[in-house]
Amino acid sequence: MTIDKRSSQVGGSAGDSPPTPGGRDGSATGRGPGSAIEFRLDAASGVPTYLQLVHQVEHALRLGYLKVGDQLPKVRDVVASLAINPNTVLKAYRELETKGLANGRPGQGTFIQATLNQVALPELTALHRSLLRWLTAADEAGLDEDGIVALFTSALRDFYEHRSGSRTRGGAASGETEDVA
Amino acid sequence: MNVVEASGLGKRYGGTWALRECSLAIPAGHVVALVGPNGAGKSTLLNLAVGLAAPSAGAVTVLDGRPPGSPDALDGIAFVAQDTPLYKNLSAADMLHLTRNLNRRFDQASAEARLGELGIPLKQKAGKMSGGQQAQLALTLALARRPRLLVLDEPMAMLDPLARHDFMAAVLTAAAEDGVSVLLSSHVLAELERVADYLVLMSRGRVQVAGEVDDLLASHRILTGPAAEASKCADRPVVYVRRAEVQAHLLVRATADDPIPPGWEAHPVGLEELALAYLREPGAAALPGPARGRDAEPSEVTK
Repeated sequence: MTIDKRSSQVGGSAGDSPPTPGGRDGSATGRGPGSAIEFRLDAASGVPTYLQLVHQVEHALRLGYLKVGDQLPKVRDVVASLAINPNTVLKAYRELETKGLANGRPGQGTFIQATLNQVALPELTALHRSLLRWLTAADEAGLDEDGIVALFTSALRDFYEHRSGSRTRGGAASGETEDVA
Repeated sequence: MNVVEASGLGKRYGGTWALRECSLAIPAGHVVALVGPNGAGKSTLLNLAVGLAAPSAGAVTVLDGRPPGSPDALDGIAFVAQDTPLYKNLSAADMLHLTRNLNRRFDQASAEARLGELGIPLKQKAGKMSGGQQAQLALTLALARRPRLLVLDEPMAMLDPLARHDFMAAVLTAAAEDGVSVLLSSHVLAELERVADYLVLMSRGRVQVAGEVDDLLASHRILTGPAAEASKCADRPVVYVRRAEVQAHLLVRATADDPIPPGWEAHPVGLEELALAYLREPGAAALPGPARGRDAEPSEVTK
């Protein structure tokens, strides 16, 4: 059963043909041609591998690296570049489908179908700049990095708790906290 | 379909049982890590499964009930033994030629293409290649046979970190692309943590744990609490206890939904921590339903 799922997901380039030269170039940064993003793994983070992939797609969506219609890296290419279990990649892509962010097209691959990035790039840049100003102020006030993270995290939690009190939806809050931290 | 199925399987060398009462059923479509300390019986189990050794007790079948060593089984299984055996005086081209003539099915074109991608010249003698190249050549020969099950005994023991990564990437790409089931042994679990989605843990000639990694992690928790109350958790099967004067850590079989005794904290467990706990407690066993062989005992924590 698992085999069928794999081959249909990998699809396209796979089948019975010999491996294409794309993914296996002998280096640790092999990548399929034409994919918009490339995954990396942090072994020391303690975050399960499939969740790291999910977070990186969400992150790329927020920052506009990925847009609706973009194809996520093919399973075989992710496997070839990171040397991880194919089922881990499938699990991450299924999770993205469950979240409504991606959809799998049999024989073609997995494509972005919704975006998290509701903020345009100039506004993002402005927000980034104002955050830097705030960080400078925090630094001048004597906060070290851990202190800044702790303060920011607690403020963020307060903010979303207030909001979820009025809106009853806290789902987005946890996701955002992880990305910022 | 099960790629390997054993019931009551045992192997004795002289007076010593290298493998005893082994009952398990490994489903297809997985990358299976066979993990255990040196001398746990990993190689013995692999040799029995590929037909290089005959059982002293019990039975083993492969690829849905085929006897190991039968023509069908031989066609469907590729085995790379511990020291990536190659004829050191033969060139890569000669190794391909030899393997093609010794097998009923051999995909010469894909093998040559693979070696080309890897930058291994066909004229190069196996003995002159780096350890990583030798391992890749052995893997190429194995994959060119288009197996349904790829069996690798300690494939990475001799490789440097980069060669390990490239080797595993090649194995996993075969799994992703052609749906090859993979069974590989190691005494280092850490290097298989990202690679395997099915774990078979062996110690002292017995199978201790077998199951899908996600299921195993979901069915175990670490409980931390006051040492004096450690018996409070005894309604859950306890695998392993680490107890100090005041505080105790218990690895228990419990899911995230199970109630926690008051005053205790529950944490998810990592694969390595779980494996170490079982290896330190050879009496404990976790052989969940689908992975259990037909004749295994009914209780989950036994002996």
